[in-house]
Amino acid sequence: MSFTTEELAVMDTIIARYPKSRSAIMPLLHYVQSIDGYVTPRGIETIAEKLNLATAEVTAVSTFYTQYKSEPVGEYHVGICTNTLCAVMGGDAIYESVCDRLGIKKDQTTPDGKISLERIECNAACDYAPVVMVNWEFYDNQTPASVNELIDGVRAGNPPAPTRGPKELRTWKQNSAVLAGLSDGLAEEGVQAGAASLLGLNIAKAQGSK
Amino acid sequence: MSLLNPVLSAHWDEADSFTIAGYQRHDGYKALAKALKATPDEVIAQIKESGLRGRGGAGFPTGNKWSFIPQGDKKAHYLVVNADESEPGTCKDMPLLMANPHSLIEGIIIGSYAIRANHSFIYLRGEVVHVFRRVQKAIDDAYAAGFLGKNILGSGFDLELTLHAGAGAYICGEETALLDSLEGFRGQPRLRPPFPAIAGLYAMPTVVNNVESIASVPSIIQNGVEWFQAMGTEKSKGYTLYSLSGHVTNPGQFEAPLGITLRQILELAGGMRAGHELKFWTPGGSSTPMFTAEHLDVPLDYEGVSSAGSMLGTKALQIFDETTCVVRAVLRWVEFYKHESCGKCTPCREGTWWLVQIMKDLEAGKGSEADLEKLLDLCDNIAGRSFCALADGAVAPIISSLKYFRAEYILHQTNGGCPFDPVASTLFETAGA
Repeated sequence: MSFTTEELAVMDTIIARYPKSRSAIMPLLHYVQSIDGYVTPRGIETIAEKLNLATAEVTAVSTFYTQYKSEPVGEYHVGICTNTLCAVMGGDAIYESVCDRLGIKKDQTTPDGKISLERIECNAACDYAPVVMVNWEFYDNQTPASVNELIDGVRAGNPPAPTRGPKELRTWKQNSAVLAGLSDGLAEEGVQAGAASLLGLNIAKAQGSK
Repeated sequence: MSLLNPVLSAHWDEADSFTIAGYQRHDGYKALAKALKATPDEVIAQIKESGLRGRGGAGFPTGNKWSFIPQGDKKAHYLVVNADESEPGTCKDMPLLMANPHSLIEGIIIGSYAIRANHSFIYLRGEVVHVFRRVQKAIDDAYAAGFLGKNILGSGFDLELTLHAGAGAYICGEETALLDSLEGFRGQPRLRPPFPAIAGLYAMPTVVNNVESIASVPSIIQNGVEWFQAMGTEKSKGYTLYSLSGHVTNPGQFEAPLGITLRQILELAGGMRAGHELKFWTPGGSSTPMFTAEHLDVPLDYEGVSSAGSMLGTKALQIFDETTCVVRAVLRWVEFYKHESCGKCTPCREGTWWLVQIMKDLEAGKGSEADLEKLLDLCDNIAGRSFCALADGAVAPIISSLKYFRAEYILHQTNGGCPFDPVASTLFETAGA
C-alpha cells in the first residue's frame, strides 16, 4: 500500500527545504516513522523514488542512525540513560527495575505494543541525572520508584508530563513528525528552564553581580 | 562581586525567555541591526579581535575560522551550527536552546552576513524533541519579524535558515561527519584537507560552529570587543557556560568568565554531596583526560586545563565521589565509544572492541597486570591513527585513569571482582532502592 497523496505532498515540502534533495533523507525517515512507526520497506522505497536513489542507499543511511527503527517500537519508547554518569547515579538500577516491571529487556516491546525499551547514551541533561527519555522528552531526576509511576501512568493512559516539555506526553509517531519539521504548535508549553539550569543565575543574582 | 557573570543565561528565569518578545525585551536583535550597518569584513574583524574561541571542544578562534572563507569566489557559502551536543557530560547547549534560542538565531544571521552565506543550517541532535520545537518556533518567529528571509532589515542581505534533526549518532558532532550527515549520507568523518572552509557542505566553503560560540556573537557586537576582552584570561577571553554534574550537592549551569576553578564552582554549588569527597572528574566531557582532587585549582581556561594534561573541551564538569569505581566508569565510557565508532577507520572500529573486551575482564577481576600493558599498547595504536578525534577520546579515560588509579585496577584482580558497592554511588541509596 502506498502513501496517501497528502503524505506524498508533505514529503515534497520537506525536500524543498534543501538546496540538494538528498539532504532530505533524514527528515523523510523521521516522517516515515511518524506514519508507520518505524522505517518500513514502503518508506524506504518511496524515499528512494523521491530522491532518485537506490533503496540500498536509503537503507544504508537508515541503519546508521539509532533513532531509525527497523522494527516497530512501542507507542511510548522509553530510553534509560546508562552512560557513565547517569548509570553510576542510578541509571543502571533504574534500567534493571524497568526490565522487571515490564518483563522486557532493551530493544524489546511489550506484547501489547504499548512500551518499548532502550538503553540510551548521554542525552545532554547530566545536571538532571539520572535521566529517562520517553519519546525523546525529558524526564529529569528519576528514581526506580518514579519510573515505575511513569510506566504505570503510560499503561493507564495518563502518563505524567515531561519535566521539561509539553503539558502532555505525545506518542512516538506524533513526536517523529516534529523531528521531520512538522510543527505541533506545542513549543510554548512547559518550563523555559529547569531548576539546575537556573542554579548559577540564581546564585549570581543573590550575590548581586552584574 | 560574584565570580559568575550570566550573559546568555541572564534571563533564563523569566517564563517567556525563549520567545521573541522575551528576547527583544532585553535588547534582542539590536546587535543584528548594528552588524548590518558594518561591512561583513568589519564584523569578522570584531569577532577576531574579541578573542572568542570555539565553545564546542577544540577552542579554535571563531573569527579566524570565519576569515578562512574565500571571498569573491562566486560560490555559495554556508554556516552550519553544530547542535549535536552528545559528548558525555555535556549539557549546556540544550538548556541554552530551550531557554534562549533567539541568541543563536541572531548569532547565525550575523555570522552568515559576515561570511556571505545565504543559507544556513542548524544540525540539532534528534533525541530532544522539545528543544526542536523551541528552535523551530524561534526560526518561524524570526522570519515573521523580518530577521530572516529576503532583504533583512532593509540591508539587502538575504538568509534562509533550516533546522535539521539528527537521528542518534554521536559521531555527527564531528564537523565533517556532520556535513556528510546533513548531505544525506551515513555520518562518517572526511579526510582533511580539504577543510570545510574550502570544501564543506556540498563541497562549498562552509563554517561549522558550536551553538554557544555563535550565541555569544550578538553580545560581543552589542557590548563591544573591550567588554568581552575584559573577561577571562590572557588567551581565553570572555565568558562561558560550565556544566556541573554528578555527586555534588547542587548540579547545574554556571556562566562565568573563563579561568574560574572547580574549587570555586564547587563552593558555589554547595560542595560535594554530604559526607563524600571528590575522587575524579572530567573538565570537558568523557573525551578529556580525567582529573582528581589535586586539580581543583587548575584555571578552567584553554591553556590552564591543557597545561595540566587535559582539555577544556565542552566544560562538562562530571564529578564522581569515592563511592564510584573508576574501572566501571571507564568501561562504560569505552563501551560508548565502541558503540558510536562509525566504522570507517580500522584502529577505531576494531580497537574499541578490543578495549571493551579487556576492560570487561579487568572489571570482573579476571585481568592481569599484563593486560594493563596490553591496554596501554592498544591505546597507543588507536590514538592519532584515525580520521577523527573519536579514537583519541576513547583512549583518554583509560590512559588517565591508569595514571591516577592503577592500584584500583589491580585491586579488582586481587579482590576477584569489583570491590565497590554500586548502590552506594546512586542518589537514592538511602531510599532503599
